[in-house]
Amino acid sequence: MSREDYEVVIGLEVHAELSTKTKIFCSCPTEFGGEPNTHCCPICMALPGTLPVLNEKVVEYAVRAGLATNCEIEQNSKNDRKNYFYPDLPKAYQISQFDRPLCKKGSIEIENEKGEKTVIRITRIHIEEDAGKLNHDEFGGGSLVDLNRAGVPLIEIVSEPDIRSSAEAENYLRKLKSILEYIEVSDCKMQEGSLRADVNVSVRKKGETKLGTRTEMKNMNSFRSIVRGIEYEIDRQIDLIEDGGVVEQETLRWDDVSGRTFSMRDKEDAQDYRYFPDPDLVAIRLSDEYIEDIRKTLPELPESRRERYMEEYNLTERDANLLTASKYLSNLFEQTTTICGNAKASCNWILSDISRILNEKELEPNQIPFTAEHLAEVIALIEKGTISSAIAKKVVEELFENPTSPSKIIEEKGWIQISDEGAIKEVVLQILQANPQSVADYKAGKEKAIGFLVGQAMKETKGKANPQMLNKMFVEEINKM
Amino acid sequence: MEIYELTVHELLEKLDKKEITKEEILASYQNRINEKEKDVQAFVTITEQEAKEEIKQKANNPSKLAGIPIGIKDNICTKGVKTTCASKMLENFVAPYDATVMEKINEAGMVSFGKLNMDEFAMGGSTEHSYFKKTKNPWNLNKVPGGSSGGSAAAVAAGMVPWALGSDTGGSIRQPASFCGIVGLKPTYGLVSRFGLVAFASSLDQIGTLTKDVKDSALLLNVIAGHDEKDSTSADREKEDYTKALKNDVKGLKIGVPKEYFGDGINTEVKEAIEKVIEKYRQLGATVEECSLDVADYALATYYIIACAEASSNLGRFDGIRYGYRTKNYENLKDIYRNSRSEGFGAEVKRRIILGTYVLSSGYYDAYYKKAQQVRTLVKNEYAKNFAKYDVILTPTASNVAFDIGSKINDPLEMYLADLCTVPVNIAGLPGISVPCGLNSEGMPIGFQLIGKPFAESTILNAAYTYEQNTDFRKNKPEFKN
Amino acid sequence: MQVSKEEILHIAKLANLNLKEEEVDTYMGHLEEILNFANIVNKAPIDGLEETIGVNEAYNVFRKDEIIESLNRDELLQNAPEAQEGMFKIPKVIN
Repeated sequence: MSREDYEVVIGLEVHAELSTKTKIFCSCPTEFGGEPNTHCCPICMALPGTLPVLNEKVVEYAVRAGLATNCEIEQNSKNDRKNYFYPDLPKAYQISQFDRPLCKKGSIEIENEKGEKTVIRITRIHIEEDAGKLNHDEFGGGSLVDLNRAGVPLIEIVSEPDIRSSAEAENYLRKLKSILEYIEVSDCKMQEGSLRADVNVSVRKKGETKLGTRTEMKNMNSFRSIVRGIEYEIDRQIDLIEDGGVVEQETLRWDDVSGRTFSMRDKEDAQDYRYFPDPDLVAIRLSDEYIEDIRKTLPELPESRRERYMEEYNLTERDANLLTASKYLSNLFEQTTTICGNAKASCNWILSDISRILNEKELEPNQIPFTAEHLAEVIALIEKGTISSAIAKKVVEELFENPTSPSKIIEEKGWIQISDEGAIKEVVLQILQANPQSVADYKAGKEKAIGFLVGQAMKETKGKANPQMLNKMFVEEINKM
Repeated sequence: MEIYELTVHELLEKLDKKEITKEEILASYQNRINEKEKDVQAFVTITEQEAKEEIKQKANNPSKLAGIPIGIKDNICTKGVKTTCASKMLENFVAPYDATVMEKINEAGMVSFGKLNMDEFAMGGSTEHSYFKKTKNPWNLNKVPGGSSGGSAAAVAAGMVPWALGSDTGGSIRQPASFCGIVGLKPTYGLVSRFGLVAFASSLDQIGTLTKDVKDSALLLNVIAGHDEKDSTSADREKEDYTKALKNDVKGLKIGVPKEYFGDGINTEVKEAIEKVIEKYRQLGATVEECSLDVADYALATYYIIACAEASSNLGRFDGIRYGYRTKNYENLKDIYRNSRSEGFGAEVKRRIILGTYVLSSGYYDAYYKKAQQVRTLVKNEYAKNFAKYDVILTPTASNVAFDIGSKINDPLEMYLADLCTVPVNIAGLPGISVPCGLNSEGMPIGFQLIGKPFAESTILNAAYTYEQNTDFRKNKPEFKN
Repeated sequence: MQVSKEEILHIAKLANLNLKEEEVDTYMGHLEEILNFANIVNKAPIDGLEETIGVNEAYNVFRKDEIIESLNRDELLQNAPEAQEGMFKIPKVIN
């Protein structure tokens, strides 16, 4: 049997750090980085005698996330302790939620590879605290514990096993990321680990209704590794089954360098987390009014923006989709369009050159260093004829390195388009003199010869000459000859 | 009368009348510690020298309690002074912060004379489970002072501090108070902040007072009670002046006496003493009726399930990484965890961690922990039923008087069963006070317990005060018998 | 209530405690004895009763999302058995 005979079943547990100012149970900053153990206090270091007090924003943000993903909100919720020992977990328990998560039974809609809409159900969203970090001591051969991240608030979003391919998994995660960014509850910086996913993968023969044994890849923090990891696991599991083996339920670590997964834990260390309600915290009871107040403050979400772009700016569904997939791209588009008044051009620049550069540089849209004003100015400069679109591409490249006024860039680089007739005529005459064969060709009816001449002229002027003017002037001059 | 024999309110009167000075108070207690500590062994850390300096610094503090000494149970965090929980695990631990109650004590200008011995991590009822020393009962040095706040009770009874703070998870203030012939008050859960109290069982722990008489309890409760934003379980209520509740009048007070606390488990001399208390209350104009609180056994079982479950989780943080004892014997992380914990905790602590881990573990949670949480509701309901009829409930504090050191240490279950009268109060989060009511034939103190409705400290304080003012038991003094 | 040796060793492992060979029986005996007593909760008339979660009736006790400066790192690390570069040092952990 081959891969086509198997169905892939994937579920994601996504952890998103919430963008609150302070930690979930103490008043320390959540800011990323900083000298080790400087965003800490007796509470997040779990000194004896200290007690947690829940940050009100954490509840609010989790409810926002729940509402934006069509969840039911649990109106009588609580915090539970999940007990296990690890050096990055100072209390030896993580305060999380067990049987009454704040949100449950949600869903989001994504597109599958065929471009069809499909619904991925969300089992639950709960709040919990992040753990600290272990650094390796380069000299002493030990590990060093930094608790700056311990107690940073997280929501864990658990999907049902509704995902059927690595591409769907990527689309699901992109969609989720985009929603969390839109509702401003997480900055979703995957490179800083503020958005990461545990990926559960299993396979089963097509037609089989029972789920296969799943493996879990922990802490994946790029789309690329998620896709590669899933593909690897699908192949590994199918090969195993085809060879008469069995998939074992285990936790895996994906290694990007070797492109394979490794088993993470001793099997003998079967975990028993001994969940129980945290007696240091009190119940969370959310009124209808509280929930409705949050619902009212939800911003416009991607779906409705997409519809609006198609209507208001006449964008194609594809373009509207691509733009609204990211809050940052979408905001850049709207702001640029408001300034320059040219939606088509804004959209094209963002979806072609800017997206290409992001891809090449492996950047996320929120890392675009320049502003809508800058992009709007580039568009205006083209419209005025100050620069050609060829130059404009170079300006945009330059904006990624040096986010400053485009006028300043073209002036500094000397990229202003030559539209002065005298100067253009001088170049045209010079090129005609150097290329008599092309002149002859044109006269003999080969119109393409003009293209060659214009090309030569552009080369001579390093792309700054106005191509329309060149074209016109070559024809005029040859006709005079 | 010597200064160290006076209650705090008597000290305050004399200070007010300029009959004594703060320096004399300090000197009197220092002498007393020098004289008696070698016999009683109540302190883990003595800070009387620091106290001298502190008194000078606080000379201008306008608080009326400025300069009054106090002793602190060694599970309450004190900035810059060791907080050991009487455990090898925390032998050298110095908290970089003050517990909320310590902030209040300091604000009131009081000076701590040191940290008082206890059962390790407050687990036990005899103070024999201290890693450092066995505290003796000032009435008879061969007997235990009770526990876990045994050091606090013994120090107050011996006159080494005028009063002390303790903590009570299942009777740890009331039982040693009863064993040492003093007054012990466990406030309603949530009345006093737990921030800075090293947790044993978070849903049961409560800081309270050990004092020579009831008026001092009210005075000290005035200092430590109050809402604290750092403790989510702290009650947000208006402050009361508990001394105003002391009216020396119980006419019309309705007292219920549950028959379940007069069974075989209770010593005959204790029962007789309680009968006399009942008689006294009747004479003073209170109505006393027998009632039923048929949850005693359930409550005790529930207590050990919940307390140990919470403790097993609360004590996970002692892992040899950030503070506390670290084994010398390690090669890897696992060794640090297991050896530090195995060497750093005493037998009783380990016993409770194992029980707590067991009842929370997969497959047993529903049979034990979940049931215990339901029983807890049952116990609360039973109390509520009784409080619909009665203002206070009266029981013995302990099933017997203080026992001989070493006589029960190998029988944990028997030790646990002795907490029969005090434990249900913590299960329901109610206030309870133990008041001396005589001596048995061997001259050991007996105490009775008054239990009130949630936050009805005023009611039980007044009932206790009225009894105390109309009897002479508070005048008994320990004899340091050998 | 019978507790097997495997069970007590598993529990000790979860709690990160070593039990010496000679301790196992003592702890096992105590655990059995206490569990036998604790089993009485299964006879309590608790049908239909909610679990008590939190002793008092309080709910929604929240903190404002405002940064409060805390102690400096030296104070927070003053009790560490071993520290280096402002961090707690432990034997190498390979993940």
